[in-house]
Order: sequence, then structure tokens, then C-alpha cells
Amino acid sequence: MSLDKDQVQHIAMLARLKLDEDEFDETVEKLSRIVDFVDQLSQAATENVVPMAHPLNAAQRLRPDRVTDAIERDQIQRNSDFVAGGLYLVPKVLD
Amino acid sequence: MSQSSQELHLQTLTQLAAGLDSGEFSSVELTQELLARIENLNATLNAFVTVTADQALAAARRADENRAAGNGGALNGLPLVHKDIFCTQGVLTTCGSRMLENFVSPYDAAIVERLASAGAIMLGKTNMDEFAMGSSNETSYFGPVRNPWDLERSPGGSSGGSAAAVAGRLVPAATGTDTGGSIRQPAALTGTVGIKPTYGRVSRYGMIAFASSLDQAGVITRSAEDAALLLGSMAGFDERDSTSIDRPVPDYVAGLSGSLKGLRVGIVRQHFDAGLDVQCGAVVRGSLAELESLGATLTEVDLPNLDLSVPTYCVVAPAECSSNLSRFDGVRFGRRAENPVDLLDLYCRSRGEGFGAEVKRRIMTGTYVLSAGYYDAYYLKAQQVRALISDDFKKAFARVDVIAGPTAPTPAFRLGDKTDDPITMYLNDIYTTGANLAGLPAISVPCGFVEELPIGLHLVGPHFGEEMILRCAHQYQQNTDWHNAAPEAYR
Repeated sequence: MSLDKDQVQHIAMLARLKLDEDEFDETVEKLSRIVDFVDQLSQAATENVVPMAHPLNAAQRLRPDRVTDAIERDQIQRNSDFVAGGLYLVPKVLD
Repeated sequence: MSQSSQELHLQTLTQLAAGLDSGEFSSVELTQELLARIENLNATLNAFVTVTADQALAAARRADENRAAGNGGALNGLPLVHKDIFCTQGVLTTCGSRMLENFVSPYDAAIVERLASAGAIMLGKTNMDEFAMGSSNETSYFGPVRNPWDLERSPGGSSGGSAAAVAGRLVPAATGTDTGGSIRQPAALTGTVGIKPTYGRVSRYGMIAFASSLDQAGVITRSAEDAALLLGSMAGFDERDSTSIDRPVPDYVAGLSGSLKGLRVGIVRQHFDAGLDVQCGAVVRGSLAELESLGATLTEVDLPNLDLSVPTYCVVAPAECSSNLSRFDGVRFGRRAENPVDLLDLYCRSRGEGFGAEVKRRIMTGTYVLSAGYYDAYYLKAQQVRALISDDFKKAFARVDVIAGPTAPTPAFRLGDKTDDPITMYLNDIYTTGANLAGLPAISVPCGFVEELPIGLHLVGPHFGEEMILRCAHQYQQNTDWHNAAPEAYR
């Protein structure tokens, strides 16, 4: 099943990815090939098969809800140039 | 061949450890020699993103002091390199991507910590396919890595830099990660040993996530013995990784000895078909005969859903990566687009600029298969097929101890050969992805050559069967010499 340009545009928006004009056509083509390829899965007999989310079927381990982070905020925030007062700065969201 | 007659760069970790212990050379001398080699040879291979020379020499001095004082862990003074997917405190961690080209990690990954506290010395961070997405190390923002066996060819991927560094004898060992085959396939294509442990055996804390239910950390070395040594320090429960399994770590090195008499080896009927290069198949059959001569019995087993491994992987891995890579939004770390008009523009352009084409494709594939209207047909379906694949292995392991076959369908291919069609590239992982989907431990060991290019034998064990596959690999290496062969320009 091939994808059309509108679908790819929509997927790119969902994924918050800006695609350049010149890469767009190639992306549509390659994504279509991938989707065609994975369509084979529809042939598998999976009635009553429980979906496997974890390869060892292990359950999520829980821990007590206690703050344990050991890394200093300043140290972490060194990887952004847009920090003030411990906050990350972004373009205005609300008017 | 005794260690003192062999040049340092040709020695394995195990041999180097003995040399350090007996005082033949110091960690500083060893580190200096390898750093010099890296300086001379890396430009051609492009195996490194960062070389941490000063840090390495300081660590080497400390290792020598520790040794003199009678202290020091199991890996005291032994050199290795880390795939650039592992966070290393104070050191650039790029994941092969423009998105993180300036990212200096504020912390160490669990395996980086563990190996360092055992005394290992990090010489640098290796090049890799961007965000671990690739089988040829051609998607890296920092340029492709070349195979030391033939510089026009790929070393495989995504741990291509690690594999090339070890195969080229720039370093004796490297860490890697494996999501669909990214340790084992490059190991096969470069004539090195590559092991992916059982899912949950090694902590993923600090390992930049690609596909959380598939990713595992492992190593690329020149011998199974070395892999056993490193795995012993890396494996074990870590409460910071919520998928880490709490289970004692056996002494993998001690477990290497013991004959293969009576070992039941399964040969998969579906492996030796049209998809496998004929000459590769012949070499692998030769290695199976070798296992037989060591006492193993060969039995045919069935993995009826083998053909669906790659399509399943092509749904599950992108789906998980689309979620994991959503953290790269330009806000807190990583590339931020300049002069964004609004928040949406900030997200879209930061990610559009920061990610390469393959990464964007996988994120979009993942987004698509998880989107409303498609989730059931693709993602849910893939998870069901995953269960079938896992079941196939379970049934096989009721009859055999180990499953053996080729690691890759062809020897190393030329750079540029497979970049046009994504499917052709994904099919490199046909034999390896099953172990990721089923969470099984697997190792690739050099088992011969086709037209002077290395071929790998793939061994898969049941869950937590690392000891068994390491022993099988080690005994094979005690009786063969493939793993000692070095590429001509790197001897």
C-alpha cells in the first residue's frame, strides 16, 4: 500500500519534522516501499495470539515514589544556551 | 605464541592483562602506543568521533599506581573504546548525529561507570550509524566508517566504528549496542567477535535509546575470552534501568572451559536458502562441521516465521524510536533551530535539521504505524508476530542447546551499494533480528573468508544462556585460527 504526499505531510506534522522540498519526493517513495514491505505481516496467522510488548514478558518493575535524582540542575542545563533562572526559554506559547 | 613476542596492538585483552600483571609493560606505555596508532590510522577508517587522549593517559597513570599498590579491578589498565551512543560524563556524546554534535553528557552510562570502576581505560568514542539506525555505518553525520579489510567496503553497522577500531587493531575491545544486529553484523563483516546479551542482562541507563524493547549493550572483541571478561564487569542488575533483570551474573570466564561433547546444535532449515550467498553458506557449513568434530551434534530445527523477522522489526523498532526520539525537541539539549517563529517551528526545524534522512524515515514509519487507524493493522499485528517468533525459538530450544547459522547473508558490501533501497539494507539483519525480538543472547564469531572478506558464525542461546554461547565460541576458537587473522595494512 503506497503512501501519498498528503499522508506523508500529515505524518511529518505528527512527528514534528520539517522536510525540505527536495527530500520530500524521495521520502514519499521510500516510505511507501517500507510500508509495502511490512504489509507482509497481514499474512501471519495471529488469531488469539497475545501481543508481545516485552521479550521476556516481564512486568514493569515499580519503585517507591521518592525523589532520587542525583544530577545537579546546573550541570544538566549546561547543554542549552537558552536557560534563565533554572527555566528553559522557548518562543511564546500563549498570547 | 607468547605475549611478549607479539606486538601490543595485536594482543587480546586477556594477553594484555597478563603482560600488565607481569610488568612487561605499563598501562601508560600501552595507552601511548594505541593512541599513536589511532592517530596514524584513524583518518582512513574514520572509526572515531572523539579521542580522549589526555583522559586516557591520566587513567593509565592511575591504573599503574593501583597495580603497584596491589589494588585495581578485573580490567585494571586495559584499554577500550565506547560507541558514541553511551553517555560519557564531560565528553562529547553525539550518537552519530548532527542533533547531538555539541552534546556533552552530564553523566556516565551504567556500563561506562562499571567498566571504569573495574579499571578499564577509555581511549575514545566511536563512530556509528546515526541514532543506531543502520547496518553499514553510512548514515553517520560524521561520515562513513571504512572496513579495514577493504577500505571501499562497509564495516557493517550500526556499531561500525567499534568494529573497525577492533578489527584494525587500533584497540583490543569496544562497546556496542544491538537492536536488530548492530553488534553482531559488523563483527561478522570485520572478522571480530560481537556479543549481544539477553534482554535485561546489561543496564541501558545512559545508553541513548533507539528501540527500548530491543536495545542491548554488548561488546566487540577479538576473542570470546575477551568478551566473557568484559561482560562479567558490565552485566548485572541496575535499579536505574526499569527493564534491568535482577539475576546473579555467573563467572563467564570460568564458564569458558568445558568440552562441547553432547552439545545439541540446531541448524535452521530456513537459513540456507536463496537469500544466503552461496560461498558464505559453504564457509558456515564448514564451521558447523568443526563444531561436530568438537563433539556437538547437529539437528535441523524450524523457525517457520523467520521471513517475518525483518518486517516485524521494521514496525516495532521505528514505532519505539518515534517515541524515544521525541525527546529531541530543541528545547533542553541538542540542536535548536535559529530564530524560530513559534514553538511548532522550533520543534519542526530543530528536528528537521538535526536528524538525517534515515532517522527521519524511521521516525515517520513509526509515527505512521502507531497512528489512529493503523495501530491495529501494523503495531499490534507486529507485536503478535513477535510472540510467534519468540515461540518458534522456544520450541527449537526444547530440542537443542544452541542455534547456529550465518550472521549475515553476504560478506562486507561496497559503500554506497545498498543506500538506494532501504529494504535491501534492512535485509542485512535477516539472521540477527530474531534474537532481538525474542530477547535472546547471541554472538558472532569469525569462521572463515570469502574472497578475503571475513564471515561470521552466529550462535543463539536461550534466555540467560550467555555462558553456553561463550563456551561454544571459545572452544571453537581454541581449535580454529580465524579470529587471529588481521587485515594486511593493520598487522
